[in-house]
Amino acid sequence: MTEIVPAEGIFALLWVIIALPAAGAFILLFAGRRTNSWGPILGVLTVVASAVISVLMLLALMDQPAKERTVVQNVYDWVFVGSFQASFALQLDQLSMVFVLLITIVGALIHIYSLGYMSHDPDRRKFFGYLNLFVAAMLVLVLANNYLLLYVGWEGVGLASYLLIGFWQHKPSAAAAAKKAFVINRVGDVGLSLAIMLIFVTFGSITFQDVFGQASDASEGTLTAIGLLLLLAAAGKSAQFPLQAWLLDAMEGPTPVSALIHAATMVTAGVYLIARSNAIYDAAAWAATAVVVVGLITIFMGAIIGSAKDDIKKSLAGSTMSQIGYMVFAAGLGPIGYVYAIFHLLTHGVFKAGLFLGAGSVMHGMNDNVNMRRYGALRGVMGVTFVTFMAGYLAIIGIPPFAGFWSKDEIIHAAFERNAIIGVAAILAAGVTGFYMTRMIAMTFFGKKRWEDDAHPHESPSVMTIPLVVLALGSAFLGMALLFWGDIKDWLKPVVGYESVPTPLPTSFYIAVTLIVVIIGAIIGWVMYARRDVPMEAPTGNALTRAARQDLYGDAVNDVLVVQPTYRAAEMVTTFDSKAVDGFVNWTGTFVGDLARRLRRSQSGFVRSYALSMVGGALIVALALVLVALS
Amino acid sequence: MNGGAVGIGEAIVFWVSGTLAVIGALGMVISKKAVHSALFIALTMINLAILYVANAAPFLGMVQIIVYTGAVMMLFLFVLMVVGVDSSDSLIETIKGQRAAAFLLGVGFSILLIAGIGNGLMETSSTGLDAANAAQGGNVEGLAALMFGPYLIAFEVTAALLITAAMGAMILTHRERWMPKRTQRELSQERFASGAHPGQLPAPGVYARHNAVDTPALLPDGSASDMSIPEPLRVRDDIRDVDPAEIDEVRQLSADSSGEDDGR
Amino acid sequence: MNPANYVLLSAVLFSIGAIGVLVRRNAIIVFMSVELMLNAANLAFVAFARMNGNLDGQVVAFFVMVVAAAEVVVGLAIIVTIFRTRRSASIDEPNLLKY
Repeated sequence: MTEIVPAEGIFALLWVIIALPAAGAFILLFAGRRTNSWGPILGVLTVVASAVISVLMLLALMDQPAKERTVVQNVYDWVFVGSFQASFALQLDQLSMVFVLLITIVGALIHIYSLGYMSHDPDRRKFFGYLNLFVAAMLVLVLANNYLLLYVGWEGVGLASYLLIGFWQHKPSAAAAAKKAFVINRVGDVGLSLAIMLIFVTFGSITFQDVFGQASDASEGTLTAIGLLLLLAAAGKSAQFPLQAWLLDAMEGPTPVSALIHAATMVTAGVYLIARSNAIYDAAAWAATAVVVVGLITIFMGAIIGSAKDDIKKSLAGSTMSQIGYMVFAAGLGPIGYVYAIFHLLTHGVFKAGLFLGAGSVMHGMNDNVNMRRYGALRGVMGVTFVTFMAGYLAIIGIPPFAGFWSKDEIIHAAFERNAIIGVAAILAAGVTGFYMTRMIAMTFFGKKRWEDDAHPHESPSVMTIPLVVLALGSAFLGMALLFWGDIKDWLKPVVGYESVPTPLPTSFYIAVTLIVVIIGAIIGWVMYARRDVPMEAPTGNALTRAARQDLYGDAVNDVLVVQPTYRAAEMVTTFDSKAVDGFVNWTGTFVGDLARRLRRSQSGFVRSYALSMVGGALIVALALVLVALS
Repeated sequence: MNGGAVGIGEAIVFWVSGTLAVIGALGMVISKKAVHSALFIALTMINLAILYVANAAPFLGMVQIIVYTGAVMMLFLFVLMVVGVDSSDSLIETIKGQRAAAFLLGVGFSILLIAGIGNGLMETSSTGLDAANAAQGGNVEGLAALMFGPYLIAFEVTAALLITAAMGAMILTHRERWMPKRTQRELSQERFASGAHPGQLPAPGVYARHNAVDTPALLPDGSASDMSIPEPLRVRDDIRDVDPAEIDEVRQLSADSSGEDDGR
Repeated sequence: MNPANYVLLSAVLFSIGAIGVLVRRNAIIVFMSVELMLNAANLAFVAFARMNGNLDGQVVAFFVMVVAAAEVVVGLAIIVTIFRTRRSASIDEPNLLKY
């Protein structure tokens, strides 16, 4: 067991990593228009400062002996109700350290990029405020030492995602997309809250140390339930099947948002959750199997959808869905796969962010047109973007020595360690990845010009291209750095566990087969889209293409299963309210009115009628007196 | 003037007067003409006065006759004269069910009261007023002792009430004069302007030999004046014919008298 | 014969008066019925005075007479005033309080 190191020395600044972007968000959002001129710069500086501190933390953590790399800092005693105790306490260990580095460094680069990308937007101060809010919330999520604080960060990133997807709120499609993302996320959040409740009931505590220490004591049924609920939460946040419908719509947001949130960080929160809760999944085999299945389905879904989209961002979003599917798939494999899931997460974060920012650069040059059918032959015009995009491309399809090769092939190897069938499936998906990414670069950078009449493609300013270059360097070298310069497997092993199971055939065999399949996929893509002319109007494809264009009918399914029944239920309630409840209330009114109308007739205005009723009353009084006297 | 028990004489008086009182009451309710109702209730009141006297309350009996029957009922009659005969005297009932309900309630009420009284009072004894009347030396003195003793304040208040009532009646029936009072000149001008006969009608039988109401007066030229006959007779054409001999006689007389005097 | 018979007679006269109030339409006759009811009450008072052996009943009857006289004065004045304006003495006519 690792010892807990108190937060002293450099580690005392742990809370500052979160506080800086939080303060930035607070200032930018509440100080208002006064900060318009220097607001964006402040937003950038806070995240850069957090990145610097994170690097210092990494160096300090590397200095610690391997068994003493868990730093816990209790910032604030938060909820202490009876036996339920949750502190605002931060835990920095090997797992959260890599996430913190990913979030702050990639986040800083994207903030710098946004200075250029959003320079024409009148609301950019708000944009940077929201981005800072997101960074702060994500940091809370990964640095939390208990599930409740993690939930706070979880909700915070959900909120930031909503605000940022719907940033251009005057566009109805953007507002609808933001709503859709939030609602689908919410379904996952229900899973997380139920899981937390179940954890508390089972283990009596929600702190990671306590829960994972006792994980093997609980019954397998309970642990399976917890695992499935956590999987639901992860599916919602990471856009896995069946909660995947929101990710493609989320591309309505500005491109830096897509890069940071929907590629590098937020969508990886689900993987973080599963990896962090590895003790639970190790003890519940069925839940882990469910994770593998979900991941596998999503890998193929994302790949197929990405192959048919003409919108460059949506194609990249399908790719993200697929790659996170790989991560989830690997995490479900157990200790043989956790480290590779995190490894792929890190490399994917870097190269996918680079790809998205590159796409943003292309869009910037093509008047914000996202239709790849109107691109073509851009490599001559946008040189830096082309080179950096190619670096990301080679990383994602897994060509050595780029980053993606190291991480993805390890996942495929781990798949074969478990079961040959899923291994083959993983290889096939890699082939499809090669296909659709080649399609993308062929349509965008190669081939003939298919530009619109008013398009004047040009290279982006350096404030945008410098982050692209940095990320491209990462795409190229990060994989090797994490394996050979510092061993990621050894680094993460104390937290998530690692074991290696021998496979029937040597590792190099699987690597070779993967590379061949990938290159075949790339050649098919090249032939179809670079050699042949790409029509400017999308042709009616076969049934699979049409289905893929409709997101594999994901929206239709959601509509039938969830939306329509909810509408029906709401209609029934409304009808009940207006007919029964309102009817009853109105009936009391009309009843009183009717009664009054009938009673009114006694007011005839005739003195003699009134005298008659008086005599009647006197009669009754006399009757009463006589009866009392007689009894 | 009895003691507690009811003697045979009083019993007879009770049954006779009581019956007459009830007949009077019923007659009042049932009569078609208002004046008849007034007379019936006067009958009832007088019988009630007799019953008061029979109950050793002579002062009250006399006051009943003098004040109630004499003053109040006469007041009623005066107002009846002012109001006159009205369509409201018709006995057709306009409010549906009123008559039946009234009858039912009234009879029920009386049955109830009789039952109650019968239940309570039939066994009690009666003390009689001999002692009370003798205590102060007479019924009037006894009443006076009570009225100016314990009931003095009630007496004074009732007096104030009477004054107020009288003032109220004056105010209610006061007619405000909106225009200046028409002078005698205006009245006589109106009379002549209307074209009707301005003066008094001649009395019947003037210059005729008979002064029966149905004999017309004779005008100077000897013709009969129909206007002198009261209208009821005139309408019936019940006019006595005048003897022509008498008409000549009248002419003669007038010629003689005109010869003596200076032509008239 | 029982002195209570007087009270029974008073009850009968009272009921007849009540019926008269309800049945007749001429305001003056209604008023006369009310007077009849008052007289019946007077008879009851006098009978009770005789039965109880003190003159208080007679004093009360006296006061009733006085008040009834005052009430007749004012009531008839009202009837006359109404008659002047409406030229009718029917109590069914002023029915403006109807719904």
